[in-house]
Amino acid sequence: MTDRLEVRKTYKLFIGGAFPRSESGRTFPVTAPDGTLLAHVARASRKDVRDAVRAARGAQESWAGRTPYNRGQILYRIAEVLEGRASQLTAELEAVGVPAADARADVAAAIDGAVYWAGFADKLDMLVGGVNPVSGSFLNLSNAVPMGVCALACPDDGGVRGVLGSVCPAIMAGNSVVAVAGGPAALVTSTLGEVVATSDVPAGVVNLLTGDHAQLLPWLADHDDVDQIDLSGAPEALVGDLRARTAENLKRASLTRGAEDLRTALAFCEIRTVWHPARI
Amino acid sequence: MTTVSRDLRGLVLDGVALDTPLRVQAVDALALEERAARLVSRSVKKASKVAGLELSVRCVDLTTLEGMDTPGKVRAMCARALRPDPEDPSLHPVAAVCVYGSLVAEARHALGDGPVKVASVAGAFPSGQSHLHERLEEIRRAVEDGAHEVDIVINRGALLSGRLDVVHDEIAAATAAVGDAHLKTILETGELGSYEMIRLASMIAMAAGSDVIKTSTGKLPVSATPPTALCMAEAIRDFGEQTGRVVGLKLAGGVRTAKQALGYLALVAETLGTDWLTPDRFRFGASTLLNDLVLQLRFQRTGRYPRPGDLPVD
Repeated sequence: MTDRLEVRKTYKLFIGGAFPRSESGRTFPVTAPDGTLLAHVARASRKDVRDAVRAARGAQESWAGRTPYNRGQILYRIAEVLEGRASQLTAELEAVGVPAADARADVAAAIDGAVYWAGFADKLDMLVGGVNPVSGSFLNLSNAVPMGVCALACPDDGGVRGVLGSVCPAIMAGNSVVAVAGGPAALVTSTLGEVVATSDVPAGVVNLLTGDHAQLLPWLADHDDVDQIDLSGAPEALVGDLRARTAENLKRASLTRGAEDLRTALAFCEIRTVWHPARI
Repeated sequence: MTTVSRDLRGLVLDGVALDTPLRVQAVDALALEERAARLVSRSVKKASKVAGLELSVRCVDLTTLEGMDTPGKVRAMCARALRPDPEDPSLHPVAAVCVYGSLVAEARHALGDGPVKVASVAGAFPSGQSHLHERLEEIRRAVEDGAHEVDIVINRGALLSGRLDVVHDEIAAATAAVGDAHLKTILETGELGSYEMIRLASMIAMAAGSDVIKTSTGKLPVSATPPTALCMAEAIRDFGEQTGRVVGLKLAGGVRTAKQALGYLALVAETLGTDWLTPDRFRFGASTLLNDLVLQLRFQRTGRYPRPGDLPVD
């Protein structure tokens, strides 16, 4: 069977739990460092952004309604499935020129990050919320509520961790996400759709678009139904314009850069405080 | 009042309301569905799209027909009818609001003598299964309360059991009962079973004096679809050719997106001509459609995707 035809994978988008090609039909080539063509990856368009935001909006409320413990379980499941896909993701990174040791380290860090945020899920409220001491006969409670739909600009050269480093904390807090990555990260971004799809993450909570930041991010920054945009991986030249656009519709613009700490968790939620009359 | 006969060329209706006998022919279902699918999938862009969206807004019968309707909900709906987009005062009001008979007075009070008409369903909506004198009384009452338009349902029981004269005469009686108000006759196409039956029901309703024929009550899972809309539009066209009378078309139920609305506009324009693209002759009976039209117009105006949650639910 040496003359068997190889079945090549079509690298597609991940929107609403499905793997569509771009609505526009466009693709872009991803090549090895020596110029060999690796794949034509779907190039998301404005209408894919629109569809992804619609899917994310539809999924967000029930996702936020799950218990933090359950969201943590699902994040842990992502780590489990990632472990099984580690060699494939490593190979896809190596193919675009990432040194083997760096590729392995990136995938391992992404898995560890998923576990970190899995553990964070049911501790968030304890860390940032609680009962506030107030001078008056009121019970005053603060807790973390998700922002809603988050757009995530993931770095083109960030590998697996560049994508999951912002996806995991965002969904940990109960948001649904539309993540955009292009360039060398396109192959693993597309494959991560398969990881998420098999990890009990409800359809629409995570949407992954491969394509051009300059084309897609302005639509996301302008979109009134996107509550936050994380600019961690946005090209430097775009950031000023994107921030101006987010100011237009009072969207939160964050810069988490995939850090695993409380500040990142806080970037993806807001604190809601309620006052209850203390008399019962 | 109506005689029905059958010859080799089809079914012939001959009623007192008609100057000439009316022929109902067989319908080629496959061709009808193909043609309808092609017409509604036409791509409408840029300025034509904006014009189509604005026209669709003007053709909406903003409808609430729920058991839980309250005077407050009707007042809120009337406010939306007068100003569909709070952010855009230049957007024209919708054609009418459509409510149950008990809320006609409330709607009329909220709308006054402004540009938005009040339509009421009557005649034992949605089933039509009550005694004729009760149905006629309901129609008269709606008109007394100030309804400009009355939407009645046909007697499907009589139609499906072949008593075409009963169907015709009941609609004719309703035509008399509405007086100067407009009569829209609901065929409830989802219960009729075939395109021939839809065409036959259309012809009977038009022959009996309906001002508008309407697809559905919106209470069935299957409501307005492109083939039924095309079937009824062709009946209106043929009826007009045979009798010289102009009858309007109202599509109700199942039209939820701006894209569907634009498709139906193309279908109507191609079948009946652009003369029918006015609120006097063409309507969408809908509740959620208006939100999508407003959102699409906002996108066309600002170039930014709007937030659906900014608009009222329902």
